[in-house]
Amino acid sequence: MMNSSDDPGPTHHGGAHAVGGSGAAIIAEDLHVVRGGAPVLDGLSLAVPSGMIVGLLGPSGSGKTTLMRSIVGVQVVKSGRIEVLGLPAGSRDLRRRVGYVTQQASVYDDLTVRQNISYFRSVLGAPASDIDRVIERTDLGSVAGRLVGSLSGGQRGRVSLAAALLGAPEVLVLDEPTVGLDPVLRVELWGMFRRLADEGTTLLVSSHVMDEAKRCDRLLLMRDGALLADDTVQGVLEVTGADDVETAFLRLIDRGQPDLRSPDDVAHGGPGRHAAEASSSQTAAEEEKR
Amino acid sequence: MTPARTLATTGRVLGQIRHDPRTVGLLLVVPSLLVGLVAWIFTDTDVFADIGPAMIALFPFIVMFLVTSIATLRERRSGTLERLFSMPLGKGDFILGYALAFGLLAVFQTAIVVSFAVWVCGLEIEGSIWLLFGVAVADALLGTALGLLASAFARTEFQVVQFMPLIVFPQILLGGIFIPRDQLPAGLEEISDWLPLSYAIDALQAVAADSESAEWIMLRILAIGAWIVGSIVVGSITLRRRTP
Repeated sequence: MMNSSDDPGPTHHGGAHAVGGSGAAIIAEDLHVVRGGAPVLDGLSLAVPSGMIVGLLGPSGSGKTTLMRSIVGVQVVKSGRIEVLGLPAGSRDLRRRVGYVTQQASVYDDLTVRQNISYFRSVLGAPASDIDRVIERTDLGSVAGRLVGSLSGGQRGRVSLAAALLGAPEVLVLDEPTVGLDPVLRVELWGMFRRLADEGTTLLVSSHVMDEAKRCDRLLLMRDGALLADDTVQGVLEVTGADDVETAFLRLIDRGQPDLRSPDDVAHGGPGRHAAEASSSQTAAEEEKR
Repeated sequence: MTPARTLATTGRVLGQIRHDPRTVGLLLVVPSLLVGLVAWIFTDTDVFADIGPAMIALFPFIVMFLVTSIATLRERRSGTLERLFSMPLGKGDFILGYALAFGLLAVFQTAIVVSFAVWVCGLEIEGSIWLLFGVAVADALLGTALGLLASAFARTEFQVVQFMPLIVFPQILLGGIFIPRDQLPAGLEEISDWLPLSYAIDALQAVAADSESAEWIMLRILAIGAWIVGSIVVGSITLRRRTP
């Protein structure tokens, strides 16, 4: 239904992904963010490998949205380093290479679907053919002429997503894109995320539904502004000996020690801290198993 | 900042307004209704001849200030501003795009209110009707520009509504409607000399009475223009791409 199997896809992907597969698309180091006088992110460090779907999971209020806002460069950051595609987050060049979907659909209710997409295309300077491509890709063809305000919540969310797909960004930052969607649509959306990742796009997808974790290549488990885990799904389950991510999450809280096993290739592109901690947490995990 | 992005924003704002016919109707008609009401109140006196030009300055100015200041706040609340600022849209594109869209509406609104005051309410204009129209348009654009400036500072609906008494009311009180500006106490007169609405009211009254030269009036229009440009520039500088 998402019509993307016949989608030729973005043409400039191959060349643009100079770091594809070998480095980190997003790197944060000792990130501190304060909102409303309280620390929301407190010395967070992470690396998101490129060309993967990375799930950002955690309860409401754990700092997921603040982290995503920092990555797209609309959040005031107190201290720390945050880089996307090798450039400081929010750099002028990144504004056309990173797509961002906010939690609430950030589109104009008093414009039609096509008018919305057409405006964001002009802002981005993407080719005119992109309008039809993203409308088709998000399966909005049948409602393209309708006012967004008259659409259902799920459809409005897809308009917001369609706008983020304009210009075929190399990194997509999606804040709870599947919230409130029926299961069929949710599966379709994850199918589309997978195809985008196969084409080389890096996706950071937040969710508070632990169930969605198994669709991701890697997981970032967040709680109270810090990482509980930065690992593959399999890795998180192994370290905690849990059968599902929900239980793993609880065990990681009990254990009081995060599971930060970043892949080696990410450690090369990122801070050395990851490599060091990866090995130490691995031994810790093995000790615990004995 | 690029012309293409600015104009795309203008087109988008006008597209939004077009889908809201009631707003268009209110925007175009309300100032004329208010001028008509004032004319009616003073039917049996000469007062309307004196204050009519000031009313042309006042009502479009207030209406445009309110509409514009709320429009950009809506963008902030709906999350679209955050999205736009994560995209390659310049802050100037955003503010100027809005200014052009609402400026266009202000031109239509002014044309209607000037025509209504002169041909329906019988306001006597001794000077050039074109100069009158020119001053009135500049004045409505001033309302737009100040509204954009105010909304760059406002974080909530409550704040933006209070910018109206803060920014608009003193200009009305000191603009020479209640008491001629040269009769204001020392200090207040100097302040009123600097307020942009004073230029608009002075110029409209001068055109109505044909008491000053065209150059004198053009100078007032230029001063209002400087305030418009200044507000738009300050408004786009103070707009923040990153928020706390």
